[in-house]
Amino acid sequence: MTSSISTTGVPRLGRGVKLRYDRSRERHVLLMPETVVVLNATGTAILQLCDGERTVADIVEALREQYGDVPEGQVHAYLAKLAERRHLEITDGD
Amino acid sequence: MEIDGPLGLLAELTYRCPLACAYCSNPVELEAYREELTTAEWQRVITEAAELGALQCHLSGGEPLLRRDLADLVRTAADQGLYTNLVTSALGFTPARAAELHDAGLDHVQVSLQADEPALSDRIAGSPSFARKIDAARRVRELGWPLTLNVVLHRQNIDRVPEILAAAEELEADRIELANTQYYGWAAVNRAALLPSREQLAEAEVVVREAKERLRGRMEIIYVIPDYYATYPKPCMGGWGARQLVVVPTGDALPCLAAHGLPLPAANVREHPLSWIWQDSPMFSAYRGTDWMQDPCRSCARREIDLGGCRCQAFALTGDATRTDPVCHLAPEHGIVEAAVAEANEESRPVELPLVARPHA
Repeated sequence: MTSSISTTGVPRLGRGVKLRYDRSRERHVLLMPETVVVLNATGTAILQLCDGERTVADIVEALREQYGDVPEGQVHAYLAKLAERRHLEITDGD
Repeated sequence: MEIDGPLGLLAELTYRCPLACAYCSNPVELEAYREELTTAEWQRVITEAAELGALQCHLSGGEPLLRRDLADLVRTAADQGLYTNLVTSALGFTPARAAELHDAGLDHVQVSLQADEPALSDRIAGSPSFARKIDAARRVRELGWPLTLNVVLHRQNIDRVPEILAAAEELEADRIELANTQYYGWAAVNRAALLPSREQLAEAEVVVREAKERLRGRMEIIYVIPDYYATYPKPCMGGWGARQLVVVPTGDALPCLAAHGLPLPAANVREHPLSWIWQDSPMFSAYRGTDWMQDPCRSCARREIDLGGCRCQAFALTGDATRTDPVCHLAPEHGIVEAAVAEANEESRPVELPLVARPHA
């Protein structure tokens, strides 16, 4: 499997995965059955946009509106990595 | 010193169990754990764990479904924002019970299987249970939960890994944990009948490696190596009093689920707040960090990597919890582990050996 993903794909959190703010660590975290992933600001910004409605292209666009120049390739690679770990599911938006 | 809060609470709600697996990690003196915490006591423990920083609540046992208040406890944990994980044999996971837990906000279900087919699975479980487990696993998926299967591997089922993986695929499991037995509690009693041979392990590992590649992105395979065959020990629980907090049915809090027998003063949630237990109790402070280490751990370059291995295993095998975990090839008592491994690899040794069933409690 390659890390290429379609710009029309629609990412959402994987089955059983939760995103929440952890007050005691002052960070967002991804929660899964046996894992806790503590997110940095970039990861949080991307994952908050993975709502099952926005496409990959929409997410890059929204990040650009918020942060200016955003390297598309890096966002794609991050989404692909999370999808391979099943932290995200990406359904075809076509 | 500022001590980070725990990431997870492992709530061992009861040691009662409809199964009788010989590899069980529950303590051998099961009758000492009958005075279980009440619903209100568990709810307080869960709330205090969340306040300390815990993010996950694993509801385990024994069989947690034997607690009639399970849904109430799930609801408390969910209200606290904890990720709730039910670790179950799936016996008693009826449609009504499943619906009740779903409504309470349960996030995830892990179902144990003992093998891929009824005869062997039921023999290992000591109870006719396989068919009900498969039904329950399907129910998990029907209600939209992610499904994790957990299979404890040992001498008497490790040759079935290809078939076990096929069964997991058929059930559309999201994850399968293939966890080689760790020799605590009843598993320690049964070690000679459970420890696989080197050849058995090598064959299983080839199958696992191939399946991981083939199923990448579809089903996650977590393979827990058998530490008796490892060169270095596992960093048990991610460090003593570092990440996980175990509370046993009668309220003793432990840094590791095998710490029942250690010669440290008990830290019971009926007597102390969880914050004191986590931060200050002798039970949780004794082996935190690396100051407690003797050589060879103390001067070892890997001391921050494997943290000396498992304190409970060191105590069980040597009688001194501050010794290097004997599975480490550098441990002075490594010969204990080597002798067990040599026995498991004797040419004439049968695969199937008699098992001592744990009682239902």
